[in-house]
Amino acid sequence: MSIWKYANPVVFMRTSGWLLRWLVPLTAVLMVVGLVWGFAFTPPEMRQGTTVKIIFLHVPSAMLGINAWLMMLVASLIWLVRRHHVSALAAKAAAPVGATMTLIALITGAIWGEPMWGTWWAWDPRLTSFLILFLFYLGYLALWAAIEDPDTAADLTSVLCLVGSVFAILSRYAVNFWNQGLHQGPSLTLMQKQHVADAYWYPLMICITGFILFFVTMVLLRTRTEIRARRLKALLARERMG
Amino acid sequence: MIALLIRDLKLALRAGGGFGLGLAFFLIVVVLVPLGVGPESATLAVIAPGILWVAALLACLLSLDRIFALDHEDGSLDLLATAPIPLEGIVSVKALAHWITTGLPLVLASPVLALLLNLPLAGYGWLVLSLALGTPALSVIGTFGAALTVGLKRGGLLMSLLVLPLYVPTLIFGAEVVKRGAAGQAVDVPLLLLAGITAGAAALLPFASAAALRVNLR
Repeated sequence: MSIWKYANPVVFMRTSGWLLRWLVPLTAVLMVVGLVWGFAFTPPEMRQGTTVKIIFLHVPSAMLGINAWLMMLVASLIWLVRRHHVSALAAKAAAPVGATMTLIALITGAIWGEPMWGTWWAWDPRLTSFLILFLFYLGYLALWAAIEDPDTAADLTSVLCLVGSVFAILSRYAVNFWNQGLHQGPSLTLMQKQHVADAYWYPLMICITGFILFFVTMVLLRTRTEIRARRLKALLARERMG
Repeated sequence: MIALLIRDLKLALRAGGGFGLGLAFFLIVVVLVPLGVGPESATLAVIAPGILWVAALLACLLSLDRIFALDHEDGSLDLLATAPIPLEGIVSVKALAHWITTGLPLVLASPVLALLLNLPLAGYGWLVLSLALGTPALSVIGTFGAALTVGLKRGGLLMSLLVLPLYVPTLIFGAEVVKRGAAGQAVDVPLLLLAGITAGAAALLPFASAAALRVNLR
């Protein structure tokens, strides 16, 4: 009994199908409860007023924006080392979700920044590196879309994901360095989770859990779609032959 | 490997090789910027380091698709791949040839163009040094992008999208060196980091490029 059992598409389809039956309602409940609680039943913060509530969208999506890339990195490595097709397809399935999460984080950040910082966009290190991460997602997606042969595409995007990860980390620190000399960037205090009052802490945790489950659900669903699409292609090819 | 280097250099130098194109592009970008920004020399002096680096980066990008595309079309890339030298070595030599034909002229021409942008006098040495240290990284990273997209019909635009985010650290440190040098500040930290990126990229990226090439030649 090992984890590689799930690399078999048949086993994967059966297991993920069973999982999804529970994941979909659970995700829906958690997200609805977390977001409604967060938006409607938390008190406005003393200095930030009601704008603080965007935290319930911003923080989970930002976390997933980064972690989706990490998941793609792991999946790419598994594909390169063990050649499990499900792994390559999972990386492909995760990319648009991760890109969307990054975009949501950027947009909600801008919406929050306008009343708080007085600007939609500042070249703050954190903001800048997130924008660069988004560009990496775009390149990765474009490479998948450009190559016809699925195995070649999986190989090349995996290599790109590995190299991209190294350069994304490099960029993160380079950007930190780059802004130091210019001005003291507006500091994001959102990440000090210990300092968040309980009234925000509980709905935030529910939101984060909901977003993580949402990501898992989406990746499973999209991977299943990819597997079905590939089966369909194989069937059609067989029919043409016969 | 030396024979391959000489062959690549010859191909680039002779007619249709596009040897001077990158340089001419560099010149045009640098000329266009004052036309767009305005001729105030104080403004130009401030943005000169960034403009020069961005222009060098774009000029490098322009000639990347030549690295493998022509060899792929006439089949010599397949021959090179089956040659007794490792593919990683071939990739490195290709990157070196690209640097000699694109990066090196940019390095040499940059002081003249810096004059046009009114770069403070203290920055000239740092500009040449940072470009000399940084442009090899641009060539090596670009070779990786070219290897990824070699089989594609219209890979040029896609390659820009893949390569430009990878250029971010090099650009930041390179421009920072010039900026600090022009302002008379200490430059050793960004300079060392820039050299580190070049060294790391030159050492490790050929393996990734060769892997991508093998997939594309499969």
